[in-house]
Amino acid sequence: MAELGPLFEVVLGGLMSGVLYALVALGFVLIFKASGVFNFAQGAMVLFAALSLVRLAEWLSFPFAFLLTIVIMIAVAWTIERLVLRPLVGQHGLILFMATIGVTFFLDGFGQTIWGSNVYQLDLGIPASPWFLAESLFPGGILVSPIDVFAAAIAGALVLALSIFFHSTKIGRALRAVADDHQAALSVGIPLHRIWLIVWSTAGIVALVAGMAWGSKLGVQFSLSLVALKALPVLILGGLTSIPGAIVGGLIVGAGEKLAEFYIGPSIGGGIEYWFAYVLALAILLVRPQGLFGEKIIERV
Amino acid sequence: MLTTAPPRPAQPAAARRRRAIGDVLLAVENISLRFGGVRALTDVSFDIRKGEIRAIIGPNGAGKSSMLNVINGFYHPQEGRILWKGRARPRMRPHEAAAGGIARTFQNIALFKGMSTLDNIMTGRILKMRASFIEQALWIGRGRSEELRERAFVERILDFLEITHIRHSPVGTLPYGLQKRVELARAIAMEPELLLLDEPMAGMNLEEKEDMCRFILDVNEEFGTTVALIEHDMSVVMDISDRVVVLDYGKLLADGTPDQVRNDPAVVAAYLGVAHG
Repeated sequence: MAELGPLFEVVLGGLMSGVLYALVALGFVLIFKASGVFNFAQGAMVLFAALSLVRLAEWLSFPFAFLLTIVIMIAVAWTIERLVLRPLVGQHGLILFMATIGVTFFLDGFGQTIWGSNVYQLDLGIPASPWFLAESLFPGGILVSPIDVFAAAIAGALVLALSIFFHSTKIGRALRAVADDHQAALSVGIPLHRIWLIVWSTAGIVALVAGMAWGSKLGVQFSLSLVALKALPVLILGGLTSIPGAIVGGLIVGAGEKLAEFYIGPSIGGGIEYWFAYVLALAILLVRPQGLFGEKIIERV
Repeated sequence: MLTTAPPRPAQPAAARRRRAIGDVLLAVENISLRFGGVRALTDVSFDIRKGEIRAIIGPNGAGKSSMLNVINGFYHPQEGRILWKGRARPRMRPHEAAAGGIARTFQNIALFKGMSTLDNIMTGRILKMRASFIEQALWIGRGRSEELRERAFVERILDFLEITHIRHSPVGTLPYGLQKRVELARAIAMEPELLLLDEPMAGMNLEEKEDMCRFILDVNEEFGTTVALIEHDMSVVMDISDRVVVLDYGKLLADGTPDQVRNDPAVVAAYLGVAHG
């Protein structure tokens, strides 16, 4: 039993970091599900939200800074809807995707221009020293980071809330309709622009939560926007349209890369963590292009 | 599953109609629409009366679909105005037109392909639902009663259009004729005052066309819904419509009863390809 201790620790650590990947992936899924746009700017939104929060918290109390950041993210959503999405209604998905790449560069630059480009510490008041669990079972116990536990709890709550939102409310049905066909959605009286504002605002708030979790781990800095790259294999695994898929995909990627590092790493000199997720995603793509949980692509020809 | 249509009555639609034609519901006046240098519509005026079935016909590219898009707010004409129930309508977006009582179907079916038949038709009820977000999410109070009431309403429409058996099928998997019918169901679910149908029978076989004709007539007679439709099949147009507008090259060519239009020399010339004078 005792020799399983390190394995448990690796898996648990992997699952926890998987939740953090999932948080970022969730933002992608939300926007794709509701507007059919692959929003490349999700990573930039994570960085922008975290930067806003950390700088505002320097001269406001934390709850005020948090609320003000939410307002800022809604303003960002409104601006993107107004200036980018609205003029491109009904355009091909690839064109919208290119537009979000433009938004990415703008947000990255703009954020660092107004908020600064140093590394900022984000202190959420969570103890930094790790917890040791089950010390009676394993020598030295299992090491768990409180920040990871906090992030996992938040992610779980978000997924639950969003699932209910999508499946049992009128807005949820409208969101799914908008994702399928813009014109038809308009013709049944769904106000497309308001729906997009809701979705992008929600994605902005999810980005804020992801930014807080990652920022408190790594510090708030430019590299935060790169966590979006780790969300890509998660999306491929879980499927672009599935909220639970984003979570399960995140857990698989998180645990998978840590396990691979633990077992295979030593024999080939390590560094597996950095590419394992992408190889896994590639393998999944070959077998199930729609991801493990994605909606089956239905097309009658 | 497809029932055969009853034999078609020989007399024109107007004669067998129980419901009287009422006042003007919608009037388009001097509508001109341009895309860059292309003139899609030029100075077109006609009206649609309450309770009638109004056909819009014309050769390909005559501006028929553009006209429907103007009526439901997808396009905004550069000139002219639209009177809805006698009042000039301000520049209106499609979802506002929908809220105002205008529903439509599309030439190339525009359904929510990943959703079931039921969910597709339920989207037609979105404007009727009033429960708050919280009530819906928690399935309490109005959230619950409203969803059940609307489900029952949609069930009647499924029954009416004879598509109860595909209730739970994702519409992307349905054959073309049934998809057209689901699209009609979604539009009817909105309980519109004016129903715009863009080529409801395109690409259908004879049996499916007869079914569709019957449904359109039933909707018109039982609910008193005013219908404006674009159609290429002349026998269908002459059979079910009360009045016909003919467009050609974006201009109004003729307007009148099926008989008047059929015998109009300009219409005959346009359809037989005689050179324009």
